[in-house]
Amino acid sequence: MAAPFDMNDDSVVVIIGTGAGGGVLANELAQKGISVVALEAGGRYLPEDYINDEWDSFGQLAWTDTRTTSGEWRVSEDFPNLPAWIVKAVGGTSTHWAGASLRFQDHEWKARTTYGEVEGANLLDWPIDGTEMAPFYDRAEKKLGVTRTNDIPGLPGSNNYKVFEAGAKKIGYKEVHTGRMAINSVERDGRMACQQTGFCFQGCKWGAKWSAAYTDIPAGEATGNLEVRTKAHAARILHDDAGRVTGVEYFDENGDLQMQKARVVCVAGNSFESPRLLLNSSSSMFPDGLANSSGQVGRNYMRHTTGSVYGIFEQPVHMYRGTTMAGIIQDEAKHDPSRGFVGGYELETLSLGLPFMAAFLDPGSWGRSFTTALDSYENMAGMWIVGEDMPQEANRVTLSDAEDGFGLKVANVNFTDHPNDTAMRNHAYQQGMAIYDAMGATRTMPTPPYPSTHNLGTNRMSERPEDGVVNANGRAHDVPNLYVSDGSQFTTGAAENPTLTIVALAIRQAEHIAGELNRGNL
Amino acid sequence: MTETMSLKALTRRQLLTRGAAAGASFVIGTGFVAGRDAAWATEMDALKPETMATLIQMARDIYPHDKVGDQYYAAAVKGYDVPQEVDFVQAGIDMLNDTASQKGFGTYLDAGWEDDRVAILREIEGTDFFQRIRGGLVTGLYNQKEVWPIFGYEGESYSKGGYLYRGFDDISWI
Repeated sequence: MAAPFDMNDDSVVVIIGTGAGGGVLANELAQKGISVVALEAGGRYLPEDYINDEWDSFGQLAWTDTRTTSGEWRVSEDFPNLPAWIVKAVGGTSTHWAGASLRFQDHEWKARTTYGEVEGANLLDWPIDGTEMAPFYDRAEKKLGVTRTNDIPGLPGSNNYKVFEAGAKKIGYKEVHTGRMAINSVERDGRMACQQTGFCFQGCKWGAKWSAAYTDIPAGEATGNLEVRTKAHAARILHDDAGRVTGVEYFDENGDLQMQKARVVCVAGNSFESPRLLLNSSSSMFPDGLANSSGQVGRNYMRHTTGSVYGIFEQPVHMYRGTTMAGIIQDEAKHDPSRGFVGGYELETLSLGLPFMAAFLDPGSWGRSFTTALDSYENMAGMWIVGEDMPQEANRVTLSDAEDGFGLKVANVNFTDHPNDTAMRNHAYQQGMAIYDAMGATRTMPTPPYPSTHNLGTNRMSERPEDGVVNANGRAHDVPNLYVSDGSQFTTGAAENPTLTIVALAIRQAEHIAGELNRGNL
Repeated sequence: MTETMSLKALTRRQLLTRGAAAGASFVIGTGFVAGRDAAWATEMDALKPETMATLIQMARDIYPHDKVGDQYYAAAVKGYDVPQEVDFVQAGIDMLNDTASQKGFGTYLDAGWEDDRVAILREIEGTDFFQRIRGGLVTGLYNQKEVWPIFGYEGESYSKGGYLYRGFDDISWI
């Protein structure tokens, strides 16, 4: 049967969310002839719709539905209802991401074994490893057209990159380049090459950056096996007396409650909405939330140890010209406990426009210390820290007392840095400032983390059912036909930007689900 | 924007004769606030002109940029010049002036040095009034496209073909 599908069609796989996880999974299943209904809470926006304006784009794409926050992280003080900067639209946050596409290092799949016991951390090894993932990374890199893989050339270096690269080399770093990027350096896959426009975070108007919105989603729809329902806000996953999920209730664009029957349900709503949905789906059989016999749903929230360093120089940089993430230093990505922390971090260039620089450089700050920094905006270079943070049980998504417009409990996000996170960030701040000082910076600014874009771990993968929510295939330990397909299944966060791994896991999960369907196990 | 046709037609001399000086920068007249240089003026819909003048100075003292003219600060706070905001703003400005008075100044605008005005603002920075004005300025001031060139920010670039051939890698000092 071809799309669109009937609400009572219980042969379909329902995927909730259409980002790097859900969008890729939807296409991969559709290509195999499997019927898929994808429920997307946001609308559909394509390159012609994207806006080269930070606040206008934020209004168009960002998930701004209320969330609440708690814990000691500064985001909770400065942006109490905006814990994350992620997207509510077809393609999800793959419209917003900067394109950095890095594989995990082999040891990062085995964080508990490699790092040992870390007090206060809930570390666990992934039930999969680099060898298992290698072929799926290969396929993910081909799908995304990652530069510096498959003979695709690297992107050229921008002004911001040139400051970063020269400073890095001056202080002795060796692994410095313009990144492995899912941004076309040459025309590929029917999409043109990067025009160095900036505004990668606002959706690429050229389509040069990979996003599920204009690659996997339309490719899946073209098979006739995928129906994407936009402005469809999932409310609850239903199950039968045997404990198998049977369908998904959602509010459609008119606010009417609908129910799509399902053979399999895959949750891919990002690390706040996915656990929120499972918790909101509690029942007499699953009183603590669906798939939550371990009590781990919502726990171990990770956001990467981030922060930024901006440097001001005597002469112009114009950092905003060109790709947002224009280059990377990987020398600190290794695990080297002699630095005073376990795990490692990447340094990647970053640029914000003036409006967002004003909002995020030092939120709440005022007076000349702040404004003289902005006065030198033109002479500023910037970089972002991306490091592995420790999973902690108390860093978690729970149901808030607040409700959304549909009367559903919203997510509360509680987060406090682990001492390892703080030690890593401080080390990275020092290194970042040293890079810019080596280039003659007249001022450097260690800038606090922004609302999170890398949201991970709240339905984590585990070998044993008591340690996590899903197994090595992303299948719920408690519910045989329920899957988690986004970054919330991450057992640990590693030092790398997560999208490539989310895509690789989605490709792998599609193989698994198709196999199980063929075998009659789903 | 902050300029209006009726005031635009005034010469500097006419403007100055129709208003009284307030603080170092402003001329306050019946129903308007203007720059001393008459380069800009804003007509009041709801707030008292002296209240608006104080609010503009407060905005500059929170986010002082010497290269950014008062008209941009005036535009950033013009949204408060509506009937539903009058009580909130007037109470806040009264508090600001009371605090100035306690520090030995007649009003906030009478404090001639920025440092003195900042010291007054530090006294009230925990208040809802201060925080709402400050928070509003983050977008009200910095999201004005007209101020971006002053900071060297070029804004939208897609319509110009991006920077691939317009200087994305033109840095010359490395």
